[in-house]
Amino acid sequence: MKVFNVLKPGLFTTIQDMGRYGYLKYGVPISGAMDTFSLVTANLLVGNNPNDACIEITLTGPELQALARTQIAITGGEISPKVNGRYVPMWQTLEVREGDIISFGKMESGCRAYLAVRGGINTPITLGSRSTYVRGGFGGINGRQLKAGDLIECFSSPLMEYTYSLPKELIPKFTSPFEAHVILGPQKSMFTKQGINTFFSSQYRVTVESDRMGYRLEGPKIEHKEKGEIVSDALLPGAIQVPKDGQPIIVMRDAQTTGGYPKIAAVITPDVSLLGQARPNDVIIFSEISISQAREKFMKFQKLLISLGKFLRKSSAVKS
Amino acid sequence: MKLNLLEAFYNPFSVPILAKGERLSAKYFPLGDNAIVVEFGDAISLEINSKVIALSEAISRAKIHGVEELVPTYRSLLIRYNPSAITYKQLSLRIKKIEKELHCINAKAKGKKVIIPVVYGGEYGPDLTYVAQYHNISEEQVITLHSKTEYRVYMIGFVAGFPYMGEVPDEIATPRLEKPRLKVPVGSVGIAEKQTGIYPCEAPGGWRIIGRTPLKLFDPQEQPPALLNPGDTVKFKPISENAFKIILNSTLKGINLIFPEGETANESF
Repeated sequence: MKVFNVLKPGLFTTIQDMGRYGYLKYGVPISGAMDTFSLVTANLLVGNNPNDACIEITLTGPELQALARTQIAITGGEISPKVNGRYVPMWQTLEVREGDIISFGKMESGCRAYLAVRGGINTPITLGSRSTYVRGGFGGINGRQLKAGDLIECFSSPLMEYTYSLPKELIPKFTSPFEAHVILGPQKSMFTKQGINTFFSSQYRVTVESDRMGYRLEGPKIEHKEKGEIVSDALLPGAIQVPKDGQPIIVMRDAQTTGGYPKIAAVITPDVSLLGQARPNDVIIFSEISISQAREKFMKFQKLLISLGKFLRKSSAVKS
Repeated sequence: MKLNLLEAFYNPFSVPILAKGERLSAKYFPLGDNAIVVEFGDAISLEINSKVIALSEAISRAKIHGVEELVPTYRSLLIRYNPSAITYKQLSLRIKKIEKELHCINAKAKGKKVIIPVVYGGEYGPDLTYVAQYHNISEEQVITLHSKTEYRVYMIGFVAGFPYMGEVPDEIATPRLEKPRLKVPVGSVGIAEKQTGIYPCEAPGGWRIIGRTPLKLFDPQEQPPALLNPGDTVKFKPISENAFKIILNSTLKGINLIFPEGETANESF
């Protein structure tokens, strides 16, 4: 069923789910929500599957007109959502009626917000996912960001009897500086000891040349031993490439699948999700952890996502 | 694209990749908390890439619980895994065992062979003249040298479905453009040093463009989505502009023409 009419598209608004897995060897990136935690939470707040497709909003939100009575939830960076001009809370189930206008204020912290709708957004599945991959021109709505006049469809599902909210203590803070835990990478031996020290002891600023493909950072130069190039091999979101200029690039979810710069380290999965909220001018600090510590954090994060539903606070029955 | 029409046959590049007792001598590195990179070298070479693909096929056959995806590249194999299902240490040990078992096998890469029709030069290959002048040979010689060579697909990367292939004969190997083009048209065939590649979609790029193919290299609606796989063999067939247009129109209708060996587009049209 048609659920939203896009009145204004916002800066860069796309449809994303958890991503497209299994096609890296064909050069197809994983894509999917930049901040997995917020995507999953938004879905659970409206009783969806964690992997259902949502609207990913970047810095400036869209303006949407509801075409049916339904339940929605907005999570992620603090963006002051409004329904018919009145502020509504984030991180909880909201009800909207046909004709309601959903709009957003300025994003105060973080970079991306997620809007989930009861039933989940229904766009065609391409290579196992609804995620938009703009560079490849597929997924989401015709492989592109939303534009005014788009009609967004969702699966119809009866309204939930109760509304839910995420307890305050579980709402993440998306404020600079971001700490990213990393495991030293496949080409760590191509950097000098000084270079690796610089990497761990400095602050790196996210530049404006940062998007869903990757973040170009700016900070003290990381020194190579000799070469700043390798024969290309595979990349994953979180990999940190350092070209000859010594300025690191963090590979994100829409990045090309292979790269020719030495990878000094790679950010662990839960922190790749966190960095999905870093915006230009935010600062990132890197700290090293072992593979076994990283595994503990990975499992803790996965457990949190799986059991998040249990932590949601149930509120009063929806009045009709 | 109708990959089922393709006849997979013996790859002429197949070489006995390991002599008895020879070690693969791979290095193992983590890439973050969910991937292992098994590295066989840092060069573009048939030998290294054959090892990468042989290991990839062997791991794929072993169906290891927790292994989610394999990405073979020029010189290494990336194994993406689920850290909840298997640890880095456990998985490295399993893979090292598989690597050892590859020892006595005359592992041969079984790629398919694909003939790719190309219209060379003119508006389709704006850098053909430059490549000829750079090497002080005629454009016809460039075409002959480029199309008589059989290339191996070393990896797919850059953009969805882009094949990195080698090796281009020294007589026509040419450095990249100093300033990359903002838009390289879909189907463009280019040279970068000893590599040759095909742009599956319009993209920015610095390769020297010598021709264009009407074949569709990537289609996200198909399974698998890419025409070529690492380990495949590619040969280019020069065709006329007219043949290009005929094939292009049939491609748009969703029909891909794959030429069995020996048959050329020119003969077909």
